Amino acid sequence: MHSFGHRANAVATFALTILAAMCFAASFSDSFNSPTPAASAQILNINWFQKEANANDEVSMTLNISADLSSLFTWNTKQVFVFVAAEYETPQNALNQVSLWDGIIPAKEHAKFLIHTTNKYRFIDQGSNLKGRDFNLTMHWHIMPKTGKMFADKIVMTGYQLPEQYR
Amino acid sequence: AIRGVLSAKRRRKNADLPSVPVLAIVRSSPPPPLGRNIAAREIPVESQPGEMGFIGDQVESIRSMQVRQVVTQIISLGMIVTSALIIWKGLMVATGSESPVVVVLSGSMEPGFKRGDILFLHMSKEPIRTGEIVVFNIDGREIPIVHRVIKVHERQESGEVDILTKGDNNFGDDRLLYAQGQLWLQKHHIMGRAVGYLPYVGWVTIVMTEKPIIKYLLIGALGLLVITSKE
Repeated sequence: MHSFGHRANAVATFALTILAAMCFAASFSDSFNSPTPAASAQILNINWFQKEANANDEVSMTLNISADLSSLFTWNTKQVFVFVAAEYETPQNALNQVSLWDGIIPAKEHAKFLIHTTNKYRFIDQGSNLKGRDFNLTMHWHIMPKTGKMFADKIVMTGYQLPEQYR
Repeated sequence: AIRGVLSAKRRRKNADLPSVPVLAIVRSSPPPPLGRNIAAREIPVESQPGEMGFIGDQVESIRSMQVRQVVTQIISLGMIVTSALIIWKGLMVATGSESPVVVVLSGSMEPGFKRGDILFLHMSKEPIRTGEIVVFNIDGREIPIVHRVIKVHERQESGEVDILTKGDNNFGDDRLLYAQGQLWLQKHHIMGRAVGYLPYVGWVTIVMTEKPIIKYLLIGALGLLVITSKE
């Protein structure tokens, strides 16, 4: 009954159970964190704005993005993926979400940042609906844990508008 | 074991004599003792030059087992296999995804997900939005891909969506990975979105698929353990 195999089996099973319980506890502890993140974004310049050959509107802009996401970090956080998307409605589409910039925050020390950038991904509409279009800039974040459940949330920043004319 | 063989021989000899009453046959070959396989173990290996060593011992113990014991073990083996199947199918129902747990095979989502990590998927009615990590199938591609949604266009009336994805660690978006001429993913390409994460565990399956010999060794050893265990 107390052979080497039995002992090894018991130790392995116990170790795995403890490990699983610890993973669960670490993930569960995340739900006690109530973060207070802050974000703001400004459009400094519309670099160009035109209709492409395939009749889709495209715009290039320069943005100032600042945020303080340090309260999102817990001991179970591996990294925070953060991105800013332009969100707007067109006659054809109930919702358009176009990611303009994203970044990975590897540690709490880097979670407070100010970035001056042009849009990293092309801002192309489906169709030609961008002239004078009102849109939101939404900062989304996706908390990627060391183990367990992933969390995501966002801050919506309203009141942006594209120019009435191509330039 | 030797006594068992002898008694069987004697029984056969007795059966050749038609005049011996049935009762006598029964008496001359007493029923084999219950702990016969234990008796087989007690015989020193040196005294049996015919069947040697560990394997011979195991074969002997398998052969001399009671039918009831064999049936019990087949049932318990069946219980293990079916309960694994029930858990898997139950997960499929609970998560709404045809593969509730996936293993990350490439480094395209590093440093978030590395090769060998596992992801738990969920497929709800809620619409797909940017930032979510989805698993999708491309027509003509065998292996599903885990990447992040960076663009969403959702129609007014039909609610149909056009989705563009990108791996966190890739330079460009996924249009190069999509089928020839495909610009967007639709809802039916999506197998689920990642909701949970567990590191390293997927290495077990990666090792087993890439080195099948380890898989067969493991299955063989476990099978032998189940068959020969006497509990």
